[in-house]
Amino acid sequence: MKAFVALLSRDLGGSQLGAGGLGVLFFLAVVVLLPLGIGPRGDVLAQIAPGILWIAALLAALLGLESMFREDFETGALEVMAMSALPLEAVVLAKCLAHWLACLLPLAILSVPCGLLLHLSVGESLGVAIAMLLGTPAFSLFGSIGAALTLDARRGGLLALLLVLPLSMPPLIFGSLASGGEGSVSSLLLGTGLSLGALAVAPFLSSAVLWTRLRA
Amino acid sequence: MTPLINHYAHPTHFMRVSGIALPWLAVASIVALAVALYVSLFVAPEDYLQGQTVRIMFLHVPSAWLALGGYVAIAIASVTGWIWKRPLADVAARAIAPTGACFTLIVLLTGSLWGKPMWGTWWVWDARLTSVAILLLLYLGYIALWNAIEEPTLAARAAGALAIIGVVNVPIIHFSVSWWNTLHQPASVLRLDGPTIHPTLLMPLLLMFAALSLLMVTITLARMRLEILRRRTRMLRLRSAQA
Repeated sequence: MKAFVALLSRDLGGSQLGAGGLGVLFFLAVVVLLPLGIGPRGDVLAQIAPGILWIAALLAALLGLESMFREDFETGALEVMAMSALPLEAVVLAKCLAHWLACLLPLAILSVPCGLLLHLSVGESLGVAIAMLLGTPAFSLFGSIGAALTLDARRGGLLALLLVLPLSMPPLIFGSLASGGEGSVSSLLLGTGLSLGALAVAPFLSSAVLWTRLRA
Repeated sequence: MTPLINHYAHPTHFMRVSGIALPWLAVASIVALAVALYVSLFVAPEDYLQGQTVRIMFLHVPSAWLALGGYVAIAIASVTGWIWKRPLADVAARAIAPTGACFTLIVLLTGSLWGKPMWGTWWVWDARLTSVAILLLLYLGYIALWNAIEEPTLAARAAGALAIIGVVNVPIIHFSVSWWNTLHQPASVLRLDGPTIHPTLLMPLLLMFAALSLLMVTITLARMRLEILRRRTRMLRLRSAQA
């Protein structure tokens, strides 16, 4: 547990911090540019706001994937982690948690003021934020699979995006459906279910993929 | 059974047998394709509702079966390659992918050519259509991952893992897209499976399926041979570089 926390704080302070900051900038840029591109009409903006916020969050999360394993793999730190007492699955979990805390938690919080800027009501903005809190862990967890697969690939970041995109469509669909409108409670439950399912599956898949690379 | 498979799973034997079989398969698939095209273009009657456009279906439907079947075949070959460590299975998985991606593209193109006169639009965000578009994305990701990793065994492991994850994910994607679609727009009345298909229309469909399957097997075998030769060349280069 101590090793888990140490790893988490190391990643949060180091590699994920920059990616998270970049993600926040990206998210804010989308929110500011959206009315300029679409026009300032409040009803139109309010209608597309939840979907746009979710898409921006997904792309921002994908931006941070490259820093999840790559640097540690290149320096050999990942091998040391794999040899430590901490199972590799727990290492993956720590890295997913660090990615989520740095890249997605700030966006879930920011979606409240950003929703208000895009003419959502307070309740709707809070709805988006809650849906993001429960649904976006799936992005980090599925993303870890893509990051593990493209560990030493050429143009790995872009490739990880292509690989993770189909995996992240279900969370995106249920997430933006859960952000208000009819059927939002059942979508919220399904989105949460996807996150929990990803939590059960992704660490094992990612560490299996990482092992094939570390043994070689 | 297993010794027999082991025997033919060896690249040397595979190269010998496939070298003999390939010309015959190529001729057979060209003949079959010619017959199937003739039957579907000239022999099959017009549909009383769809007119001549029904002929697009003779290419569209078998391509859709092969596009899906190709992805499942990749996943099966990947599992085989992963568990029993058969390089030939990884070679097969890699060889299937471009053909499968082509069939997926054909499904999308013929589908929109058919959809324009029949539905009045090139594209609808129907659950089925969207799922096929995502299937194309899965194929492209798979091919790109193979190309991005230099070392064949490492690339095989990574691509295999992706194929297995993808095949598990396809039903989830299909389910979630249907859910999304039914909430966003009323249930589509545009359905391909209306009345049961008439035998005169089923005949060219099955002929075309047989012809395209033959073609897919032929192309896959040719690509497998190419990949094996490529790997041998790579080994020779590495050896000569070390010497």
